[in-house]
Amino acid sequence: MELKPCVNIRQEWDIVGARQLGREKAKELGFGTVDQARIATAISELARNIYLYAGTGKVEFEIIDQFDRKGLKIVAADEGPGIRDVGEVMQDGYSTSGGLGAGLPGVKRLMDYFDIRSENGEGTEIEAIKWVR
Amino acid sequence: MSSRINTIMMENSDVIIKNWLEIVSEKRKNDYTSSISEELFQSTNREFVNVIFKSLDQEGLTKELEDFSERLVNLGWPLSYLTDGLQTFRRVAIDFILSQGEQIDTDYFSRILDKVDSWVDPIINKLVNEYSGSWEHTVSLQRVALQELSAPLIPVMRDITIMPLIGTIDTERAKLIMENLLDGVIKHNAEVVLIDITGVPVVDTMVAHHIIQAAEAVRLIGATCILVGIRPEIAQTIVNLGIDLGKFPTKSSLRKGFEKALELTDREIVRHEDRNQMIEDIMESLEKE
Repeated sequence: MELKPCVNIRQEWDIVGARQLGREKAKELGFGTVDQARIATAISELARNIYLYAGTGKVEFEIIDQFDRKGLKIVAADEGPGIRDVGEVMQDGYSTSGGLGAGLPGVKRLMDYFDIRSENGEGTEIEAIKWVR
Repeated sequence: MSSRINTIMMENSDVIIKNWLEIVSEKRKNDYTSSISEELFQSTNREFVNVIFKSLDQEGLTKELEDFSERLVNLGWPLSYLTDGLQTFRRVAIDFILSQGEQIDTDYFSRILDKVDSWVDPIINKLVNEYSGSWEHTVSLQRVALQELSAPLIPVMRDITIMPLIGTIDTERAKLIMENLLDGVIKHNAEVVLIDITGVPVVDTMVAHHIIQAAEAVRLIGATCILVGIRPEIAQTIVNLGIDLGKFPTKSSLRKGFEKALELTDREIVRHEDRNQMIEDIMESLEKE
């Protein structure tokens, strides 16, 4: 199996590392500047969520190369407290940390595919894909 | 007993040095020092092993060791070269002493290990401390340098101040931006503050949140905040994220923001035509003559 590029999130500056790696991959895949900014922003949100709510975790990147389309998959996984009500956090303006509450719904709008799995007390895994147009 | 081990080491230093140099040169083939010239590598090896023996001889850390480590730190030699070298030395020394001993029982063996450890470990500790100390020093200097750059405030003219932001904004920096912004507005008695984010690579919800808070705080002390330098791709991501920046004016470039700031302070940029007019007058009068 091919090794996936991965960034461990342990401190605030790791968010920058994840973002830069993601932007690099997006550039390699041929995304335009606007999509690069979207991807970088989405990674930033996901990595910050890990840092803020779970403490530690990782962000993985996977290049999807199917016969009809190419894309970048981002997987953000942590073993933190999990999300109590996934429906609630996907609403705009919901935040437990005094932020804007635009993070997760924002990521969903920035990317083409978005999937979230969270077990209370066992962590969260978020998968997001952006296709090259 | 232990002095016998010392004697073995000292009397056979040539053989040990030879063995050590061989192993270290052999190891070099697949590692980090490939950018260093062969000549320099060999001379450093020789110096290194001499420094080790000198400190064995004097049973403690020497001035030579200190000078040597300081020089390598300044040259930027990899720390792993030194730690590998010392591990190799430990191996070589133990092998050699064991090969000299007639009877080998466990007691003798552990004594040799103790003895050799007591030579090698202080040197390793010393070197590692020296290296990490120098790294910490560099990091702290850079942190200070970065802090100085992180939130500058430029009073461009009466009532108008600009804060250009370049690079990533983290929580610590966001705090500094807010403080400098408010201090600056009071100190320079500014009516309008322009925050330029041309150099900020990514505006996510946290960065936006901090900017909104800063703008709100500026509004509370009676000034206006204009956000400038919003690149098209940043504008799109902000819209996608659903962030509302409608509470204060935003502009695409610093120039447009500055014009807006002038407008807010009842001023405008006027081009003086006088000088051209004067030359034209002179030309005209010359033509008449």
